[in-house]
Formats: sequence, structure tokens, C-alpha cells
Amino acid sequence: MDINYTPEERAFRDEVRGFLNDKLPADIARKVKEHKRLGKEDTVRWQKILNEQGWLALHWPKEYGGTGWSPIQKHIFEEECAEAGAPTVLPFGVNMVAPVIIKFGTQEQKDHYLPRILRSDDWWCQGYSEPGAGSDLAGLKTRAVRDGDHYIVNGQKTWTTLGQHANMIFCLVRTDPDAKKQEGISFLLIDMEKSEGITVRPLITLDGEHEVNEVFFDDVKVPVENLVGEENKGWTCAKYLLTFERTGIAGVGASKAALAHLKQVAREQQVNGKPLIEEPHFRARLADVEMELMSLEMTNLRTVAAAEAGGVPGAESSFLKIMGTELRQEITDLFRRAAGPHALPFLPEEMAGDFEGPYVGPEFAASVASRYFNFRKLSIFGGSNEIQKNIISKMILGL
Amino acid sequence: MDFKLNDEQRMLEETVGRLVRDTYTFDARNKILESDQGFSADMWNQFAELGLLGVPFSEEAGGFNGGGPELMVVAEGFGRGLVVEPYLATVVLSGTLIDKLGNDAQKEQWVAAIIGGETRFALAAYEPQGRYDHTVVDTSAKKDGDGYVLSGEKAVVLHGDSADQLVVIARTAGNAGDRDGLSAFIVPADADGVTRKGYATIDGLRAAEITLSNVKVDGDALLGEEGQAIDALEATLDLALITLCAEASGAMEVACDQTLDYIKERQQFGVPIGKFQALQHRMVEMRMELEKVRSITMLAACSLDAPADLRKKRISAAKAQVGKSGRKVAEEAIQLFGGMGMMEETPVSHYAKRIVMIDHWFGDREYHLGVLETLIDVDDHAA
Ligand SMILES: Cc1cc2nc3c(=O)[nH]c(=O)nc-3n(C[C@H](O)[C@H](O)[C@H](O)COP(=O)(O)OP(=O)(O)OC[C@H]3O[C@@H](n4cnc5c(N)ncnc54)[C@H](O)[C@@H]3O)c2cc1C
Repeated sequence: MDINYTPEERAFRDEVRGFLNDKLPADIARKVKEHKRLGKEDTVRWQKILNEQGWLALHWPKEYGGTGWSPIQKHIFEEECAEAGAPTVLPFGVNMVAPVIIKFGTQEQKDHYLPRILRSDDWWCQGYSEPGAGSDLAGLKTRAVRDGDHYIVNGQKTWTTLGQHANMIFCLVRTDPDAKKQEGISFLLIDMEKSEGITVRPLITLDGEHEVNEVFFDDVKVPVENLVGEENKGWTCAKYLLTFERTGIAGVGASKAALAHLKQVAREQQVNGKPLIEEPHFRARLADVEMELMSLEMTNLRTVAAAEAGGVPGAESSFLKIMGTELRQEITDLFRRAAGPHALPFLPEEMAGDFEGPYVGPEFAASVASRYFNFRKLSIFGGSNEIQKNIISKMILGL
Repeated sequence: MDFKLNDEQRMLEETVGRLVRDTYTFDARNKILESDQGFSADMWNQFAELGLLGVPFSEEAGGFNGGGPELMVVAEGFGRGLVVEPYLATVVLSGTLIDKLGNDAQKEQWVAAIIGGETRFALAAYEPQGRYDHTVVDTSAKKDGDGYVLSGEKAVVLHGDSADQLVVIARTAGNAGDRDGLSAFIVPADADGVTRKGYATIDGLRAAEITLSNVKVDGDALLGEEGQAIDALEATLDLALITLCAEASGAMEVACDQTLDYIKERQQFGVPIGKFQALQHRMVEMRMELEKVRSITMLAACSLDAPADLRKKRISAAKAQVGKSGRKVAEEAIQLFGGMGMMEETPVSHYAKRIVMIDHWFGDREYHLGVLETLIDVDDHAA
């Protein structure tokens, strides 16, 4: 047993640091570190820089333009990116639909979509959830009826993250209403720009942000060549995709960066003439978070190492989802506390990327309450934490 | 002991309950939130007509002669409707402080104007570097002929953006952190030298950062003895804490009810999600937190006449409990609603925001646990 990185892994980390140092645009890193709103352009600009380096498609096989990195390397990369303030890559194209296309797609689909994803030509969104099908995803009702060389799609998707920017959506649709729930589902790629009959409506979250949408389909014609895998076998694709959705789910890098920032803030904030970090209640909670983070990081690395040794992270990733999201949420709670009364002002303009001040309270305080409320989503999406517990009960405990 | 409300208290509860149910619907509240002022002047007039603005004041002053339980009953009702009008700022924080400290002329003028709904007040007490500590006051009041000159900065002044008058806590002697040397002044919000940066708060209220630079006031702006405001200020803040705890209690009740209704209705996997035992137990835990908050709020509300140490101990305990239990109820409500809980259009998200953020007004859980720690040896047996 040796918990240290090998010399090769250390060399790799230095390489990543050097790259981030040289190539991560300072204005973008500033926005990320100060929790400002990021625009579509920021994400795309960073993805293009990553792609030039060949580091965008972490999880793809090398022959398709992926990194071919080991899980430990991916872990190092993720941690360094978070520390440097790199924005998160839009997951829907590169980390979700692409692995499905690589595994189940036709040659034409691979040739068409994969390079476009690498170049950030398309902005993808995920059309899984529906008003009546959240945790019970297989209960989805959006219908696709074959009509010659097209499907006609009718129905509604919801909670579609950043769908307002998207030109492509991958959808689970029902192609056989008579089959058993999971068996009549297909995986369709739909062009949102060229198709007629698609309406995207904003949904505003409790922090006042426009991050999710409803997407309506009204007699939308989708060419049959946009079917991925076999008709009525979409559930296999969906499940395969979920295993990718859960990579990096522990968010160790993000939590480490957030905790470092929190400590810095707690050193600067004064309570009764003393730094907040010396206030016993606050300090005890910081220590508790630190302890949890150590445990999480090691659990994550153990899981990752097991995957490297050949096993795919299966139900174990459900542990990581729960632990990781709870920790990230707890850190947002501490940020809120660090801001004290100045967590209260709600000034969306202070969260804009180009806001220069003056701030009403301490600068870091501008976004803390919004982020605390926004991060409640972490335990709801990507398979809610209750659903993860159900998976663990069944798959690991055999209950 | 008797936990039942008396006739007058029940009347008060019904009055507020009816008003909130009939007029303070979710849509009506959303319109109020969007308005420039962030509260409804119509609603304020109705409060006045119903006598609600007089609850904590004596009958001679035209009030209801209410104490902790009466305020609790009103605030619970407000909490159920997430009422955003400046009741706490005007009636509780400013009105009762004027009532405690003011001379007859001051009381006659201002308490009457508050009860009648004509004048709205805000209490400018806390300062940026003091966070939740009301003794950390640097704002100075220097004697200037018969009057005073006030200078300093006040942070997150509840409804300070729209108030007609401010009660400003300023230092006439001593240093930040001293209990002695604090004085209270009535300052017109439009006085020369007063600047206000108003904003909405994330829980639907309004507040302001207020700067006072060489604001001149007459000698009769001073409330009570110079430098002796601390006891009245603390008694007032305690009343505000009771009001907030009761508001939290009312809001938590609704959040629990709405969540219960939702899990009975929402179907997944062919059954209402309330059939899943994992969620049933969570719902039970939410209800337990609610019961704790209800109980400790009653304790606090009935402790106003207890010796100061015991009063403070119980009230800080109540506020700390609200911080702890409120967070749990709010987070669980959102979680059990799933994606719907994250939506602005879902009422429960507004309850969750208010319940969580109540922790940030007048001292959060850690702050009040800190107070409680210093009072741990105070005997808390009921008299
Ligand atoms: C901000 C945000 C972004 C999202 N982005 C996307 C996106 O881009 N694309 C997309 O397709 N979807 C997206 N989602 C949807 C997300 O995947 C769903 O919200 C999630 O699957 C939960 O479904 P639901 O909201 O319908 O809640 P429900 O399924 O109705 O769940 C309500 C509650 O019941 C619990 N529950 C349900 N079933 C069980 C059970 N069997 N046992 C115990 N507890 C149970 C849940 O855990 C939850 O607490 C997003 C959601 C949010 C909040």
C-alpha cells in the first residue's frame, strides 16, 4: 500500500499545472473563482483550448481523439482544473452522448458527431426527464412514431439544463407503447435548430437563474438515421450513459477548491475583532468538513483504482455521488454562514461576469446564498440521492 | 400551566389567519415582491384597521397591550403567508424601542403614528464589522449645541430602504463592543447626510446599507438617557427574535404541510412517493423539527418577564433551534419535492428560502449558541 503518486503521476501533474498556467484564460478563471455567471462563450472558448491540447475528451478511447488516460490521471486532471479555476466542460456532448455514440452508434454517426463535439460546433442538451418521469425515468411518455424514413415525435421533456443554448438534444422516446416499460424506449438525436415543432421555454430556479428549460415536441420530424442503437433498445444506451454521468461525480476537486477558498474567506472575515477562522463553532465545522473530504478523496481514489485494475465503477459510484454532493452542499452552507448578515442581499448584478463593484457586502458574499440554494440540485439530479441509496441497497447489500 | 390561547389571543390568531388566507395568496405575494417598494401599502392599511400594528403597545397608547404570546400568534400567521410588510422593522424593532425609551411627547407622536399606519420605521443598529453583535457600534453621536451629529455605517437594515424614520443606535461614549455609551436617536430617513443603498433580500424582504455622514439632529431626537440604551435595545431585540422564531414556526408548518400533500400526490414507479418508507421517515423527522420549534418558541414567548439572564438564555436557545431545525426542514422540503422543489414557481421554494434565511437575521445558530454557552449555568426551572 502506497498512497503517494508514482513519479510518472507526479510528472503528469506538473504537465497539467504547466498547461493550466499557460493556457487557462485569466478572465475566465477569475469568473470561476469569484463565482460569477459564465456565458456560453466562456465555456466554448475553454473547450476549444482543451481540444487543441487533445485534453477535452477525457473518457473517449484514443482512436476517437480521447486522452486514453488512466482513472488516476483523470482524477489528477480534474483536481488541478478545479484548483486553477477552469470552468466545467459542458458534459452533455463530450461526456454523455459521445460515449453512447462510440459504443452504439453507426460509422456515419461517429464520423459526423464526434469531430463536431470535439470542435464544440454543437451544444448538446439532455432530454431524459419529463414531468411525469423523473426518478422513474422508464415511465417516460414522449412518443416517436415511425413514418417512412422519419420518426414523428410528440411530447415534452423538462429540467433540460442549458437547453436555451442548445442546437442538439439527445432524447429517450417511447417507440413501442405496448412493450414493458423499459423495453419500448429508443435513443434519438434531434436537431433543435433545423427541426420544426420544437419549443423551448425557460424555467426559473429558486435562485432566480435561468439554467433549466422545458422542451416541447409537436409533430417533430426526425430522420431515422438519428436513431442510436436499435429501436426499442434505448434503455441500454440510457443506462450506459448513466455510468459516464457518474464519473467525477464525487467532485473532489471542486470541494477541495471550495474549501480552500472558504478558509481564505474565514481568515479575512472579522468577528469581534478576530478572524472568523478562530471562532470555535465555525472552526469546528471547518475541521469536520476537512475530515469528510479526506475520507471522500480516499474513497474516490480507491474506487478509481479499482476501475483502473479492470473493474468498471458500478454501484460503488453511488456512494461517491451521495458523499460528494452532501459535502459540496455542506461547504455552501458554511459559505453562507461566513457571510453572516451579508448573505441576505440578493443582487443578481453583483454576480454578473463583468461586475466591478462596489459590492454591498464583502465581495465573496454576493453569491453565497444563491449558490447554497442552487446546489440543492446536486442531491436531486443525476439520480437523486434516495435513488442512489436504493441502488446500493439492491446491488451492494442485496436487500 | 396552560398551553391554550385565551379568547383575545384566539381572536388575534383568527384575524391574522383570515387576512393571510383570503388576501395573501402566492400570486398576490409575488405581485407585491415585484413592486417598487417590495410591500403593499394597502396591506399595511389593513393591518392598521385590524389593530395589528398596535399589538405590543399599551392600551393608553391605543394598543392591544399584547406581550410575547400575542406577538407570537401574529408572527406565526405572517409566517404561514410569508408576509413581507415591514411589521418587524416598524412595530417590533422601532415601535417597542420608542415605547420603552421615549418620553411622553415622543411616544405620543411616534407610537400613535405607528399604530395608525402613518409612519414606517426601521432600526439601524448593526454595523458591517459587528455582524450579529449589536454592541459593536462605531457610529458616533457627538454633542453639537443642543443637538447631536451622527456619523457611521449601518449594515443590512431591515426595511431601511423605504422607512420614513430611522431609529439609529449610535455611540455617545466608549468603544465598539462596550455595553455602556449606546444611545438611540430618531432620524428622518431623508435627513441631510443620510444615504441609503436599498436592495431585495433573497428571502423576499427589503433592506438597505445606510451611511450617516454628519447628520444633524435636535436634542429631542434622543430616546431616553444618553448612553443608556442597551437594556431597552436588548429587550427589543429579544422581542424581535421571538417574532422571527414564530414566523419560522408558521413557515415551517406550511412547508411541512405542502411537502406532505406533495408526496401523497406525486406518483413515481406507479405509486405515490409517500408510499416509500424512506420518505415517510424523512417526513416524520421534518415534523419533529417543527414540533421542537413550536415548543421552544412558546417557551421564549412566555419568558419576556423572566429575569434578564433567563430570558436571554431561552430566547437564544429558541433562535439557535430555529437555525438548526429550519435548515433541516427547508432542505428536506426541497429534496422531497425533487426538481419541483428547485423551481421559483413552486411555493415551497419560497418557504424554504425564508426559513433558511431567518437564521441570518439578528444572529444565526452559532451566534446564539455562543450566547447560550455563556448562560449555561442560569437555572431554567419554570417559576
Ligand atoms: C437543476 C436541475 C437540472 C436538471 N437537468 C436535467 C437535464 O439536463 N436533463 C434531464 O433529463 N433531467 C434533468 N434534471 C432532472 C432530474 O434528473 C430529476 O429532477 C430527477 O431525476 C428527479 O426527478 P423528479 O424531479 O421528477 O423528482 P421525483 O422523482 O418526483 O422525486 C421526488 C422525491 O422522491 C424521491 N423518490 C423518488 N422515487 C423514490 C424511491 N423509489 N425511493 C425513495 N425515494 C424516492 C426522490 O429522491 C425525491 O426526493 C434536472 C433537475 C434539476 C433540479
